[in-house]
Amino acid sequence: MYRYDAIDKTLVNERVEQFRDQTRRYLAGELSDDEFKHLRLRNGLYLQRHAPMLRVAIPYGLLSAAQLRVLGSIARRYDRGYGHFTTRQNIQYNWPKLEQVPDILAELAAVEMHAIQTSGNCIRNTTSDHLAGVTPNELEDPRPWCELIRQWSTFHPEFNYLPRKFKIAVTGAPQDRAASLVHDVGVHIVRGPGGEQGFEIIVGGGLGRTPIIGKALREFLPRRHLLSYLEAVLRVYNLEGRRDNLTKARIKILVKALGIEEFRRRVETEWESIRDGALDVSDDQIERLRSFFTPPAYRALEDEDPAAVASPAFQVWYRHNTKAHKVRGYRVVFISLKKPGVAPGDATDAQLELIADLADRYSFGEARVTHTQNLLLADVEQGKTFELWRLLDAAGLATPNIGTLTDMICCPGLDFCSLANAGSIDVARLINERFDDYDYLYDLGELEVKMSGCMNACGHHHVGHIGILGVDKGGEEWYQITIGGAAGADASLGTVIGPSVPKTEVAETIARLLSVYVEQRLPEERFLETVRRLGVKPFKERVYAAPAAA
Amino acid sequence: MPRRLLRDQHIVLDDWGYPGEPEPVRGRIIGLDEWLADPEVWSPSSSLGVVLKPTHRVELLAPTLARFDLVAAEFSGPTEGRGYTQGRLLRERYGFRGELRAVGYVRHDQLFLLARCGFTSFELPEAEFATAARAFSTFSAEYQPSNDLGLQQTLAHRSASV
Repeated sequence: MYRYDAIDKTLVNERVEQFRDQTRRYLAGELSDDEFKHLRLRNGLYLQRHAPMLRVAIPYGLLSAAQLRVLGSIARRYDRGYGHFTTRQNIQYNWPKLEQVPDILAELAAVEMHAIQTSGNCIRNTTSDHLAGVTPNELEDPRPWCELIRQWSTFHPEFNYLPRKFKIAVTGAPQDRAASLVHDVGVHIVRGPGGEQGFEIIVGGGLGRTPIIGKALREFLPRRHLLSYLEAVLRVYNLEGRRDNLTKARIKILVKALGIEEFRRRVETEWESIRDGALDVSDDQIERLRSFFTPPAYRALEDEDPAAVASPAFQVWYRHNTKAHKVRGYRVVFISLKKPGVAPGDATDAQLELIADLADRYSFGEARVTHTQNLLLADVEQGKTFELWRLLDAAGLATPNIGTLTDMICCPGLDFCSLANAGSIDVARLINERFDDYDYLYDLGELEVKMSGCMNACGHHHVGHIGILGVDKGGEEWYQITIGGAAGADASLGTVIGPSVPKTEVAETIARLLSVYVEQRLPEERFLETVRRLGVKPFKERVYAAPAAA
Repeated sequence: MPRRLLRDQHIVLDDWGYPGEPEPVRGRIIGLDEWLADPEVWSPSSSLGVVLKPTHRVELLAPTLARFDLVAAEFSGPTEGRGYTQGRLLRERYGFRGELRAVGYVRHDQLFLLARCGFTSFELPEAEFATAARAFSTFSAEYQPSNDLGLQQTLAHRSASV
């Protein structure tokens, strides 16, 4: 993984001191609440329902064992013993004390981590495919490019006061596991007309109040131009994006207002005047970054048959929680943070430290955060998966539900977030209680349930196969259900099935949707495909046919 | 009390004046709209400065930029960010070499970034002067090229040292 050099270290340490000074000035009354707000937000610090929330960046989801240990230690000493992983591969702490945040940042800096630009109207943490570098059909590992973007965007002098936040995702495989089509900019590594590698640039995707699937801004960009082109996009946005209305300030609204052709014309015009300049990416430059992402020292192994292990529970876990690896004899092992009864995406201090040890023992000292709020060990010898499973299982980290209904994406909701209208964690609990039959879950197959406690859509409900949005109805928590959304390369926005339902009926509503699917599905057809084939109507009719069974 | 400002990292008394202020030593700072409405009003021998509002396109000023010894970009509040682009365009695209001033909502914590975008002077609230000078050394390195001459020492430099 990328390791800091003297420049990176200096910058992060200087950032800690800058924030320490800002916090001191605020606590001394030299900065008003509003003035401090704009400063702390640039460092991932929100003032929330109970306490400040600190969001720590995990660039493109990659963590070393040492970093995991520090995340665990921070959870124990500054928080209440846990952290929450987000859909953008970050981790959030919900209970730090404001005056201790500079110390937390200093501890993070010691292991090359930070909270820089994890909130605020600036370029956020660049996210990527959690299977980067190990997935069999990748064109190129996207992580060196992510790191290039991370450096370019960090403390960018021109783009720290954008109209609104700006999120970039980079992928290098045909499957889009980073939800890049619902990012402000999606960067896809593709082959150009002459076979050379470059990028397709997507712009203007996003969720929130106005969900939009991104559009192709440029079909092929030679790779040396990546930064100058991004700079042109950001410059047009910085000047032209709306600043009069917070809900219309994202780049997607600008692209929609101008139309993609006019937006493209403006970007290309701007780019013409800055291309071939100081932002040109040299071969040396990208080679330097690539040198940090070379494959680990894999052993020459043969593939193993998991059925050779006489444990049905292991085999079930193996089937659902591990994925193919491009190197023979290895396997990608998912660590489910979706155990029933636990808030989705939460990990305790002890779990984080255990995973650090397991990463050291089984996966070359690295772990990754997935966009779906789980962790994974990318490079596990197949022959060691059984002992790894036993250790994970003992720690409550082997719930065999990856890719199933209960592998829900879920925001912190009303329990923690001051923006939320409704709870999401307790709805996840109700869904888990209702769907506790694993045979049924497995029969349903791949199913993405995504839940947000408000319109801001941190839980990506618009692009869930089943989406659940918390709404406030006369002071009560109700839930609007959508179906048919998807976040991958075939991204689509879900359709609202009808009036929202009370909290007690969310699980029943999902059960009815699934009953239609089970009755009507074609062989091998996933829920999403059945919805696309049949439309919303039969699902809607079933849900609203009669009062829910008591 | 005469207006103080930070110029080239030193606290100085402002030698420019806005309309309605006493006759300044250096020259007047007028609005861009005022200038565009009738450039002939202003004596060719007088020193002039001009204020760009956040919504003003730098291109409007470009054809007559040489007429000005000072350009001030206005920041309407703590979230305003267009001035950063205006500054870079003035310096890098249109080659402006005069005083580039940040006015309006300008505070300590913006100075490092503003300086990197080409700003050389800053109208600050009185309470900010005591600490402002140290803002310019907030960071000792940069990742990305900008208007400042640190640019060749950033990413490109690192690649060369592999």
